[in-house]
Amino acid sequence: MNPVNYLYLAALLFTIGATGVLVRRNAIVLFMCVELMLNASNLALVTFSRLHGNLDGQIIAFFTMVVAAAEVVVGLAIIVSVFRTRHSASVDDTNLMKL
Amino acid sequence: MSVPDTVHSLWTVAASSTTQTIPTPHIEYGQLSPMLAVFGAAALGILAEAFLPRRNRYWAQIGIAMAGLVGAFVAVVVLAAQGYAGTKAHLAAMGAVAVDGPSLFLQGTIVLIAVVSVLGFAERHLEPRSSTGAPVDAFAPQAATVPGSDAEKSAARSGFATTEVFPLTMFAVGGMLLFPAASDLLTMFVALEVFSLPLYLLCALARRRRLLSQEAAVKYFLLGAFSSAFFLFGLALIYGYAGTVSIGGIADVVSGTATPTPALANTTANDALLLIGLAMLGVGLLFKVGAVPFHAWTPDVYQGAPTPVTGFMASATKVAAFGATLRLLYAAFPGVTWDWRPVLWGVAILTMVVGAIIAVTQTDVKRLLAYSSIAHAGFILTGVIAMNKAGVSAVLFYLGAYSFVTLGAFAVVTLVRDAGGEATHLSRWAGLGRRSPLVAATFALFLLAFAGIPLTSGFAGKFAVFQAAASSGATPLVIVGVLSSAVAAFFYIRVIVLMFFSDPRPDGPTVAVPSAFTATAIALGVLVTLGLGILPQYFLHLADQASVFVR
Repeated sequence: MNPVNYLYLAALLFTIGATGVLVRRNAIVLFMCVELMLNASNLALVTFSRLHGNLDGQIIAFFTMVVAAAEVVVGLAIIVSVFRTRHSASVDDTNLMKL
Repeated sequence: MSVPDTVHSLWTVAASSTTQTIPTPHIEYGQLSPMLAVFGAAALGILAEAFLPRRNRYWAQIGIAMAGLVGAFVAVVVLAAQGYAGTKAHLAAMGAVAVDGPSLFLQGTIVLIAVVSVLGFAERHLEPRSSTGAPVDAFAPQAATVPGSDAEKSAARSGFATTEVFPLTMFAVGGMLLFPAASDLLTMFVALEVFSLPLYLLCALARRRRLLSQEAAVKYFLLGAFSSAFFLFGLALIYGYAGTVSIGGIADVVSGTATPTPALANTTANDALLLIGLAMLGVGLLFKVGAVPFHAWTPDVYQGAPTPVTGFMASATKVAAFGATLRLLYAAFPGVTWDWRPVLWGVAILTMVVGAIIAVTQTDVKRLLAYSSIAHAGFILTGVIAMNKAGVSAVLFYLGAYSFVTLGAFAVVTLVRDAGGEATHLSRWAGLGRRSPLVAATFALFLLAFAGIPLTSGFAGKFAVFQAAASSGATPLVIVGVLSSAVAAFFYIRVIVLMFFSDPRPDGPTVAVPSAFTATAIALGVLVTLGLGILPQYFLHLADQASVFVR
């Protein structure tokens, strides 16, 4: 199979993730969409790694996984603390500050 | 795009082949010592948090943080004195970290910002003491407790303090030191996350108005993660285009001097990968500097975060992010200047105009300073667009000048208080100049520096970036810059008029007397503002010497 198809898949996944961040309301779902974007990047990196025949892309994918894991720790801590305060994870409810 | 046949030999190997050795990477620990000192202090701080009894932690953490920062600054100065900023500039750590003029200049600036910020974080004289008489700082007694709950009250009664802010700050500073020095996109991405993640947490830690603080953290986190996902996908596309993520390697491929391979011939045949990738990297970086249209988070986060953290974030993040932007545009993508420059023109104009105009309508001091920081991001961008050596040195100088004004201004904001904590609404500041002339005069000095009045550092910085932009032919940009400076000057002057020429309100805020920590921070801010304003030549010369990138 032509590896370029994986690039189209990666772009599609990234777009789905980005659209999700823009249209969904629940902070957890938003966060999952961000993770989808990161993993789409991983797929693109690994595909490019194969196209170029060097291993950089695969190494970077490992780094991305670690970074994503660290981001989950920090993100869930913040989202959980907001949820415990407001009993809601909807980002539309966090609107005390407006223009 | 076809796959070279030899490709499988990379991850499959015949069982009979002789064992291959991987060469040990060569790490120049001495040249990385600024970062190592700061990360070491951060790790020590975590250990102190785990093993020291609660009553000893505050002073221990301040000591560890200060020791790490002073060590890092000494290391930067020694490296610069040894010539790494000029003739000996090179890539350390197997090409991952550039030790060159801009790196060392920005690292020195960031470390000094961090010193002043840690002084602000350590302030415990402004809040009224807890019921047991324990001094209290600007951070939540226990961040995990629900605001207003019994658990929070009992934590406050027991005099708990979130001393974790010091190690968190150290991790953020370490990431910021690495970010402008990163010489490949992977290091840059990791550094971006290393300094962002602690900042998200620091935003959520305010003692007062915790709902606002948590809201700021959630907004900053979600938008920050969104933007770094863009940065990462951009990285992937650039890697796809160039087959490498090192700054020098990308520059070679972009300018066409790289050794052609079949795979490279395929991927570089189409510029879409390059241009979309660069745009996405740009989204990630412009988000961090707070440029329009990626600025939406700035006012909310600046308003909600604890004020000392806001000062730190507003200055140090901007320095680090502009450093990385410079390196990316000047060292990796000079070959496509004609593609990115028009886009940055638009971004710079939008940033200056939107920042200055929306700031006029603000009624909260912290939001006002947030919009002013957006406008300043636009001014700095004009220097970035110059795309000449003067542009680099002007941006370096501007960043140093601007960050100390910002630190000082936010430190003054922490002093003006009423029963509910900081009185940030502008109407509460009316007549402050009659009640406490010294504090109001200091704040006025910082506002004048923001506005770019001569004899302050703001003037020297603005003059330098506009001159660099004009010399590169971006005269329309300079005109827009000067016009929006005038708009910005209007609302800075308005605050000064409000402070000095209106009657104080009977129920107005009081000005708290700070401890030596905040007093030193403000004094340093004033000194640097006046010093860089009256004698800018020396520092301009220093920035000029430090303006050559290595790749």
